Amino acid sequence: MSERTHTSRVQGSGAAGSGLVDVHRRPATWTGLWYVLPFLAFYLLFLVWPAIVGLGYTFTDRSLAGGPVSFIGLDNWNETFTDRALYESLWNTLVFTVLSVPVMVLLALGLALLTDHARRLGWFLRFSFFAPFVLPVAVMALMWEWMYNPSLGLFNGILGRLGFEGSEWLFSENTAMASVVIATAWWQVGFNYLLYLAAMQSIPKDVYEAAAIDGAGAWQRIGRITLPLLFRTTVLITILQLIGSLRVFEQIYLMTGGGPNFATRTVIQYIYDSGFVGLRIGLASSMAYVFMVLIIIASVAQFRLFSRKEA
Amino acid sequence: MRDASNRPSLSPPPPAHGVERRALLTAVLTTAAVTAAGCGTYDPLASDRTRLRQWNLFGGGDGLRMLQMHEAYQAEHTDVDFRATTFEWGAPFYTKVAMGAAGGRGADIATVHVSRLESLAPGRLLDPIDPSALAEAGIDETMFLPNIWKECFFEGRLYAIPLDTHLLVQFYNLDVCREVGLLDSRDRLIPLDGKDTYVDALREIKAATGGFGLSLDTWGPWSNFWALYRQQDGELVFGEDDFEMDDDKALAAMEFLYRLSEEGLSPRVSQGADTSANLANGRSGLMIHGNWEMTTLDATDVSFSVTQFPNVFGNHRTRGDSHCYVFPHQRDRDPERTRAALDYAAWMLRHSLSWSEGAGHVPAYLPVAESQEYDQLHPQSEYREAAENVQFEPEAWFSGSAGRLQDEATGPLTALHQGTRTPEEALRQLKRTFHAMTNAPAPV
Repeated sequence: MSERTHTSRVQGSGAAGSGLVDVHRRPATWTGLWYVLPFLAFYLLFLVWPAIVGLGYTFTDRSLAGGPVSFIGLDNWNETFTDRALYESLWNTLVFTVLSVPVMVLLALGLALLTDHARRLGWFLRFSFFAPFVLPVAVMALMWEWMYNPSLGLFNGILGRLGFEGSEWLFSENTAMASVVIATAWWQVGFNYLLYLAAMQSIPKDVYEAAAIDGAGAWQRIGRITLPLLFRTTVLITILQLIGSLRVFEQIYLMTGGGPNFATRTVIQYIYDSGFVGLRIGLASSMAYVFMVLIIIASVAQFRLFSRKEA
Repeated sequence: MRDASNRPSLSPPPPAHGVERRALLTAVLTTAAVTAAGCGTYDPLASDRTRLRQWNLFGGGDGLRMLQMHEAYQAEHTDVDFRATTFEWGAPFYTKVAMGAAGGRGADIATVHVSRLESLAPGRLLDPIDPSALAEAGIDETMFLPNIWKECFFEGRLYAIPLDTHLLVQFYNLDVCREVGLLDSRDRLIPLDGKDTYVDALREIKAATGGFGLSLDTWGPWSNFWALYRQQDGELVFGEDDFEMDDDKALAAMEFLYRLSEEGLSPRVSQGADTSANLANGRSGLMIHGNWEMTTLDATDVSFSVTQFPNVFGNHRTRGDSHCYVFPHQRDRDPERTRAALDYAAWMLRHSLSWSEGAGHVPAYLPVAESQEYDQLHPQSEYREAAENVQFEPEAWFSGSAGRLQDEATGPLTALHQGTRTPEEALRQLKRTFHAMTNAPAPV
């Protein structure tokens, strides 16, 4: 995302620059190519090429520890499709996604509406809702681990004082995933929030004024104007969030290590375990390919679904 | 307005400006070079010094001690340009060692767990050590316990030089145990041999503390399980595509761990740090943990002592491992640097009293372990005999500290403590994982 914006900006200023110096001599299309070349080179070298090489690895017993490599046909693919632990980790990823996407989209919308309607505390709300987003994942994970700590943590402390029995949070198979979702929402909702807020503030004020003159109340204005005009933003946010949630790894790896008893081991961690702890890069590559295809299917399906609605 | 602000940045900078910038750049680079040289790496005699690079995984209290030992080593060996690099403990470290060696550009010498030897493909990722060259550095097999020395071999060749043995021991809170009457006249824990005696004692402690009897790491339970399984002579042998395990003995060990948490004698959930905290703040009277936790407890004001792993099934066998020196594979191994590496290892062994003092590890080098100075180290010498009771990990490429087996076994065993799996269920899950791992082709 950020790379794309960046490139287009470079391209834009580049075109303006060449326009100032010599408008007629060079065709604009070729100039553009030169500007994207650095990015393109990196893209080909570090994304496209490894992806192709990785596909080749899936047919070999290549190990991260080197050694002779031999062609083993579809063995890795067979193992991938029959690995029970892989399905369990895919399930965990799905659970995380299903829990986190609605929370992260609706919460962002709610917070943005709140900020948009706040007269005085706008700056404070913007700061509070977005601030956690800039924290590095390790800091966030450590903070929440302490707050969740069953014997010394903040949450059980408060619950205890209120006379409730505490929870085991990250340490119980039943609550670990939900705990991670809560922490993730706090940490990452700021980005979606910002997109929503920007979209809301770009809705022309005169539309609201006209509606108000026609007698629309505050709730009607939100329901009939704000939400419909935010549809495209919602599509974007939901797709980005879906992909982001499916790729979840860092915070879970840091907070639970995939436990307790693998209740939070997501597919990315399982691929990591197979490749970097188990050293089997060939197998890990075929798992990664399976997962990549699933992500593409999910994104395309979602995109189709939304664009049909819009039409 | 916009044009005015844009134009200067788009047009080429005026020449004068450029010269200034170039001068600045030169100045910066020169400063950087001078600063880098000032960091102690630059030496007019650098070319005459032997370059020695060491990799290790000690980030905790023992890391600090190793740093001090390295400073002393460097001070005594001005002819060696020695540099040590510490990586994050566990899988990240082993991945780096394996990949560095796979490219033939590993460090000159590295510390690894002896239990990970097989996972590092001795012969390909590790270069063998010549026993006669080691003897020239003053080290030979008579200076180690046979059970540890044996672990350093793979297919008949020597690949490791053991620095220490580190193992699970039993810590006890002196105040709590005195109150319950579990100390003798010299403040030592009285023998609590056998499962029933031991559990009775835990009940008494629990009654006194109102918390737990025994604090243990339920988040890294494989070691506890392995010690208890080995106390019953349980064997775990991994073959080509199958494995042998004694179900009854495994169940007995699991049953014991399960009961501890079920009865509230031990916590349901306890990570490494919580485990020591529970002993230090008197919430439990006994603790099973690695000897390295001594540095953590030393930092608190609890009065404690240490003894062997509890005798539950008729003996004090415990799970242990050994930090050892290995030579990661180098395509062009330089004899001079290899000799320097051997000398360095020998120096560290001869000075391992300091290692033991700072990290609680039992020196592998017998001249130190049997010395009078070590005898006077308290509480380290209290569990010196435990080194003979050490049970190393089963042999397999996925076995060993921070290895795949430990990772996978952690799941069902933590669930035992949490009460979400019965011993039978946990054993089924464990065996299913073992099956999967033995069936997988070995990547090393």
